[in-house]
Order: sequence, then structure tokens, then C-alpha cells
Amino acid sequence: MFRILQKRKLNDSMTLMVIDAPYIAKKAQAGEFIILRVNEHGERIPLTIADYDREKGTVTIIYQIVGKTTMILDRLNEGDALLDFIGPLGKASNLTGYKKAAVIGGGAGCAIAYPQAKALHAQGTKVDMIAGFRSQDIVILEDEMRAASDNLTIMTDDGSNGNKGFVTEALRSNIENGAGYDLVVAIGPLVMMRAVCNLTKPYGIKTVISMNPIMIDGTGMCGGCRLTVGGKTKFACVDGPDFDGHEVDFDEAIKRSRTYFDMEREAARDYQCHLMEGANNA
Amino acid sequence: MPNMNPKKTPMPEQEPCIRNKNFEEVSLGYTEDMAKSEAERCLHCKNQPCVKGCPVGVHIPDFLKKITEGDYEGAYHTIKLTNSLPAVCGRVCPQESQCEHNCVRGIKGEPVGIGRLERFAADWHMKHGKDEAEKVTPNGHRVAVVGAGPAGLTCAGDLAALGYSVTVFEALHAAGGVLMYGIPQFRLPKEIVQKEIDALKEKGVKVETDMVIGKVFSVDELFESGFEAIFVGTGAGLPNFMNIPGEGLVGVYSANEFLTRVNLMKAYKPEYDTPIIHPKNVAVVGGGNVAMDAARTALRLGAENVHIVYRRAEEQMPARREEVHHAKEEGVIFDLLCNPLQILGDENGRVGGIECIHMELGEADASGRRRPVPVEGSNFTIPVDCVVMAIGNSPNPLIRSTTEGLEANSHGCIVVKDDTMETTREGVYAAGDAVSGAATVILAMGGGKDAARSIDNYIRSKE
Ligand SMILES: Cc1cc2nc3c(=O)[nH]c(=O)nc-3n(C[C@H](O)[C@H](O)[C@H](O)COP(=O)(O)OP(=O)(O)OC[C@H]3O[C@@H](n4cnc5c(N)ncnc54)[C@H](O)[C@@H]3O)c2cc1C
Ligand SMILES: Cc1cc2nc3c(=O)[nH]c(=O)nc-3n(C[C@H](O)[C@H](O)[C@H](O)COP(=O)(O)OP(=O)(O)OC[C@H]3O[C@@H](n4cnc5c(N)ncnc54)[C@H](O)[C@@H]3O)c2cc1C
Ligand code: SF4
Ligand code: SF4
Ligand code: FES
Repeated sequence: MFRILQKRKLNDSMTLMVIDAPYIAKKAQAGEFIILRVNEHGERIPLTIADYDREKGTVTIIYQIVGKTTMILDRLNEGDALLDFIGPLGKASNLTGYKKAAVIGGGAGCAIAYPQAKALHAQGTKVDMIAGFRSQDIVILEDEMRAASDNLTIMTDDGSNGNKGFVTEALRSNIENGAGYDLVVAIGPLVMMRAVCNLTKPYGIKTVISMNPIMIDGTGMCGGCRLTVGGKTKFACVDGPDFDGHEVDFDEAIKRSRTYFDMEREAARDYQCHLMEGANNA
Repeated sequence: MPNMNPKKTPMPEQEPCIRNKNFEEVSLGYTEDMAKSEAERCLHCKNQPCVKGCPVGVHIPDFLKKITEGDYEGAYHTIKLTNSLPAVCGRVCPQESQCEHNCVRGIKGEPVGIGRLERFAADWHMKHGKDEAEKVTPNGHRVAVVGAGPAGLTCAGDLAALGYSVTVFEALHAAGGVLMYGIPQFRLPKEIVQKEIDALKEKGVKVETDMVIGKVFSVDELFESGFEAIFVGTGAGLPNFMNIPGEGLVGVYSANEFLTRVNLMKAYKPEYDTPIIHPKNVAVVGGGNVAMDAARTALRLGAENVHIVYRRAEEQMPARREEVHHAKEEGVIFDLLCNPLQILGDENGRVGGIECIHMELGEADASGRRRPVPVEGSNFTIPVDCVVMAIGNSPNPLIRSTTEGLEANSHGCIVVKDDTMETTREGVYAAGDAVSGAATVILAMGGGKDAARSIDNYIRSKE
């Protein structure tokens, strides 16, 4: 069992948890992820290792509440425990040797982009961080992202922070103003990552993205996480999750990510109804 | 007088039209009378050809004799002398190519139902017998086992019986390997596998799940933390795809994913959260046990038409005869001598059909099997909304890519010395599918046994 040592709400739909997992903490590196199972009937879901503390033996995860499993996870509190917590999985990011990078996070993707920015910054790469959110009131990790970068730009869809627009607009203007990036890291919804890749491709800037297909085992056993990258089949859990964004077949990935869409929506709705009933009966 | 009936005593089974809609076990097992009468078919041949056909040398005539005497517990213990998982092997061994293949009774009629009787004895013991965990004196040595499939579990059990302190590390959240995540409930109830694992734990074997070796600890770190030898039984869990167009469509599964969702993650039970597509028309590509399991699972999830698409002929199917027979009874459609060319999608990226071509048997290839060659222009399309690829698995590269000095061949199989299971790395032993490529439960167990013996020799030689 893996105890929840700390729980912090970042905004209405995002939560940070610090988990007691000493073996994983000892090995974790930026870009890797864990798979967890909340309880016996639960799904196995992957979440990025947002941070770790080797001394304290803890691993930090940040999740967005999108469906049933993340709803159940979010009902747990400090002192409760997760049934399974497996990792570190995936290939650690290998981002050495770059001089100047733009690290782009879209919404919940900021939780995954942040450790990458931190690792780049720590190795001496100049980092411009561009984070996109729907509106100002759901911005997360602002202090952390600022500390992990030389420049932080936050864009909002509704302009509520005075910076209206998508992350791609900020990226385009930086590139056009001669930012001179030799690396772009983009993490967020598939459509956002595709837009970033379409933007950087003509400039020939190496663009690394983190793919998040549906997974089960995370060890290369099921093949459910497969993607087409450069015309070849790759398993995101062992060959990734980081890939060269200019090689990824986004259309296929977007379709595959919706495989269980109806079932998931139904499960989440049933679970919410079930909670409401509980509340009404209480 | 032996029972000279040329046919095996039939095993009671659920009716095909009923069982293809539930996940309960298909075969119901012999009653005591049936078991006795079947055991009486044994002629107690002096040279015991059946025993030579069993990879672990079960004392077959001895245990059959005990069954005829009504000493079922004794029969069980006789089997246990050489086979640590009789309830499993009785159910899943390819008996027709092993013990029963060699049975003298098979010359004129059907062989003795050795597998069924092995299962009977094991089930009888589970119901009525008692496992007295023998007290062994700990010898103070520690061994790590990586992978909790039949190879790893057997190796762990044998070493524990010799007094070793054994820890099994398993990547998934449940021990059992393919027995847990691959072979379906209706063929091998998970409760049986769990009982075997619990019995091992009672013997003092520690089982650490959620531990992906190579990631959380390397083999080197296991040595550093005080394990004196390491057994690698990580299986062949890497699914192969055909690399034909359309494999990225929604509704194309590897058999591993399809079966894992259903078996390990219990997607067929409403109280579990794991989703699975409930397809109407399914094509399963392949002709082995894995393909049969996937096809029959699809039926049980409610599919109306399930096709097995296999490029060779029925005689060449590697699946157990009984599984092919059961699959046919349950209504699986066999498209033999057919090979898929591409999977067709609809506008939403979901599977809409599979285009195949007819094959005919040509010259024999290196393996002696006649090689199937396509019949020009014989393309046809089967309308399906789900395709399951069951064309084989290779060893997972995780361990060998993170362990220095561990050699593998061009197929990714770990290289070992045949008799001792020593790898190219001192103190590291390996067996099972990780070494042989996808094979059988009993071969994996046999390899695990051999490795346990070598590990014992190795550690004692250092004292
Ligand atoms: C390598 C990797 C790292 C990830 N890191 C993070 C992270 O740090 N923070 C975060 O909020 N999310 C992360 N995700 C996504 C996260 O796994 C899903 O949001 C989560 O599984 C949703 O589960 P649910 O039951 O709450 O929602 P559901 O209703 O089941 O699903 C909502 C959506 O989540 C995705 N999803 C569902 N099941 C899985 C699964 N088993 N594996 C992967 N995706 C799934 C699908 O796209 C689905 O449409 C990551 C995914 C991957 C593959
Ligand atoms: C669907 C299906 C049906 C089958 N039917 C039959 C049948 O009827 N009869 C028969 O004889 N055989 C059958 N087989 C084959 C048989 O199951 C295998 O040959 C046998 O299980 C191999 O045993 P093993 O111990 O070598 O490996 P496995 O059973 O594959 O177990 C390996 C274990 O190691 C774990 N592991 C892998 N990597 C790591 C790591 N890095 N760290 C920790 N743990 C790790 C895996 O999660 C797994 O639990 C079938 C196989 C399948 C897939
Ligand atoms: S272990 Fe398998 S091969 Fe050996 S006797 Fe039993 S069923 Fe036959
Ligand atoms: S070969 Fe058949 S008949 Fe002869 S001893 Fe073995 S099981 Fe009995
Ligand atoms: S999650 Fe199963 S192979 Fe990647």
C-alpha cells in the first residue's frame, strides 16, 4: 500500500498528491511515469512523475479530474493509501546539449511539462516556458514554472489574465522575434501538440512531445499504447512517452485516444449519480 | 482387469450454447466413479512410455493406480513429487503431444485421459486434502526470482523447499504470469492459480508485486542488496503485430491486451472499471491457444460472429486439440488457409472489415511444415468491427536491455546452457518463455526446476 502524505488542490479540477514510494523515488527521472490502481475494482491509470524527493522517499503526482478513476482518486485524503503504485516507467527524457528551449504546457500538461523545464533549466539550458489555460482562475504551478524557467508566459483562452490567445501564438511570436530555439518541448492535449508541431516543422526546430495513449501494463506487454512514429509502430510506455513530434501520426493517436469515450463518459456519470444518491441519503 | 473401453470416459462439460455466454469453467471434472473407471484403463506398461512424454516425468502409472484404489490424496502427492502445479497442468498441458501421445492405449483407441485424471486428483486435494507446510530449516541464503509465471513460481517453490529465503518480484499487480492475465477463467479458474500462489507464500516465499525489475531495481542492485543468485522468468510478453495497413485503427487489439483487459482487469464483470469493446463481429488472427482463447472470450463478451483467420490448415494449428474442438462447438467460424492483407477502417478510424487472401499449401519449409502461398486474385473481405492479433509473442527486452552481460539471441531469447539454465552472467539463471520464446506451461515449469537445482549447486559450491 502506498500512503498519501500530502494532498493539495491546485484548482477546481487539478490536484497534487505526494505519495510515499521510496523505491520509485530513488530511481525516478524527469519524463518517467507511474501507473496506479486506487482499489481492487479500479483501472490502472498512468500519471507522470511531477516531482520526487529521494531523501524523503516521496513521489509527486498531479492529476486532472477527467473521469471515474481520477474522481475516485480525488476522494482520497492524506493518510489514505493507494493499492498499487508502479514505476518508474517509460524512458527518461534525454534533453541534454540544447542551448535554448521553449517548454510549452497546455492545461494539465503543465504538470508534465514543468519537470522537463526544471531538468533543462538545471542543466543550464535557457528556458522560455509558455503555459496555456482556459482562464486565469485555473492557472496552476505558476511559482514553480517561474522558478524553472528564465521567462514564463501564461496565455489564456479567454484573456482573463490580459494575455489572450493560444500557446502557439506566443511561440510563433518568440520564434519570429529571433528567440533562436534549438528545442521545443510541448505537452498538453493532442490537438495542441499537433498545432505546435505544425508550427515548428517549417523552422526545422527539434520538437519533443510527450504522448499519453491509453495504457494498461506500462511494460510493453499489451501493445495498447502503440503509436505510429516515423511510419513504425512504437509502444509509448517503453519507447516513450517522449517522441519526436514531427514524426508522430497525430490523426491515428487522436482517434485511438477516443476508443472508450462513450463508456468512460457513462462510467463517470454513473459514478457521479452514485455519489449524489449517497449524499441525498446521508 | 483393466477397463478395455477404447474411448476415454467422457468429461462432463457445460453445453456449448450455454457456456459460450458465461465465463464459468467449460469442463466440469470427473466424479470419483468416472475417475476410477478412467484410471482403470491404464495397462501399467513396464517401460512407461507415457512418463517419457511428460516434460517433468510425472509418475503416471503410480498415480493412476492410487486413483483406482480410491487413494486420491496419495495420487495427488505422487504427482506433486515432480510437478508443482497439477491443477494447472491437468487443465492446460497439450497432453495429445506429450504424455497421452505416448500412451499405449492410444494405438488402438483413445489414450488414457492422463490430464483429466491429474486434474481430478489436484481438485480432490484442493477440496478435501490438507497442505501441511513442512518446516524446512532456513539455510541463510537469499535468492531473487524475477517474474511470477509458472517458471518463476516453480523455481521459487523448489528453492524454498531446500531452505532458501526466496523473494519473487512481479511487474504486474498480481502474480501468476500468463496463468493470471492470459489464459481465460473458463479454461483455468483464477481461484486455482491464486491457491497455488497462496500455498507458496505459506511455504515462506515472499511475493512482491508492482515491481518492474530493470526499472525499480536492476539485476545488479538485486545482487548488491544481498541476493546471491537471480532467476529470470520474465516470459514472452511482447506482442507481435503483422505490420499490415490498419493495425492502428480503433478496435484492433493484440491478444495480450484483449485477454489482459478481460482476465487480469476483469472487464467482463460489471463491478470492475476497466473498459473493453463489446464487438459484434470479430476476426482473430492466428491458430494457437492464444487465438482460441481470444475467439472464445469474444463470444462470451457477446459477439455474434467470431472468425479465426489462420494462414495454414487445421492440422497445422499449434493449439491444443481440445481447445479447437471446444471453439468449434461454441460456434467459432474457422477461416483456414486465409491470410489478412489489411484492416479496413470507417470514417471514424474504427475497424470496418478485414481483407484476406486465400492460401494454398506449397513446398515444405525448414520446419517441415508445408508453406502456405497466396492464391492470386482470391481476395475477400470479412465485415468485422474488431480484430485481435494473436500471431505470437516475443520476450520482453526490459531485463536484457538493463542488465550488462546478459546475452540474448537474435529473437531476443536469453541464452542459457541447456542443462543448467545458466545465463552468460554469473549467478543469473533463466528459463521459461524468456529463454524458449512462447512455449508451454509445463516446459516453463521444467526449466524453473532445472534452474532451482543449478542455483542450489552454485550457492553450495561457494560455501
Ligand atoms: C504516460 C502518461 C502520463 C500521463 N500523465 C498525466 C498526468 O501527469 N496528469 C494527468 O492529469 N493525466 C496524465 N495522463 C492521462 C491520465 O492517465 C488520464 O487522464 C487518466 O487515465 C484518466 O482516467 P479516468 O478514469 O479518470 O478518466 P476516463 O474517463 O477513463 O478517461 C478520460 C480520458 O483519459 C484517457 N485515459 C483513460 N484511461 C486511460 C489509461 N488507462 N491510460 C491512459 N489514458 C487513459 C483517455 O484519453 C480518456 O478519453 C497521462 C497519461 C499517460 C499515458
Ligand atoms: C492466452 C494464452 C494461452 C495459453 N495457453 C496455454 C495452454 O493451454 N497450455 C500451455 O501449456 N501453455 C499455454 N500458453 C503458454 C504458457 O502460458 C506460457 O508458455 C507460460 O506461461 C510461460 O511461463 P513463464 O513463467 O516463462 O512466463 P509468463 O507466464 O509469461 O510469466 C512471466 C511473468 O514475468 C513478469 N515480468 C516480465 N517482465 C518483468 C520484469 N521486468 N520484472 C518483473 N516481472 C516481470 C510478467 O509480468 C509475468 O507475470 C498460453 C499462453 C497464452 C498467452
Ligand atoms: S504434467 Fe502435463 S505432460 Fe506431464 S503428465 Fe501431467 S498433463 Fe501430462
Ligand atoms: S502408456 Fe498408457 S497404459 Fe501404459 S502405463 Fe502409461 S498411461 Fe498406462
Ligand atoms: S501499456 Fe501495454 S504495452 Fe504499453
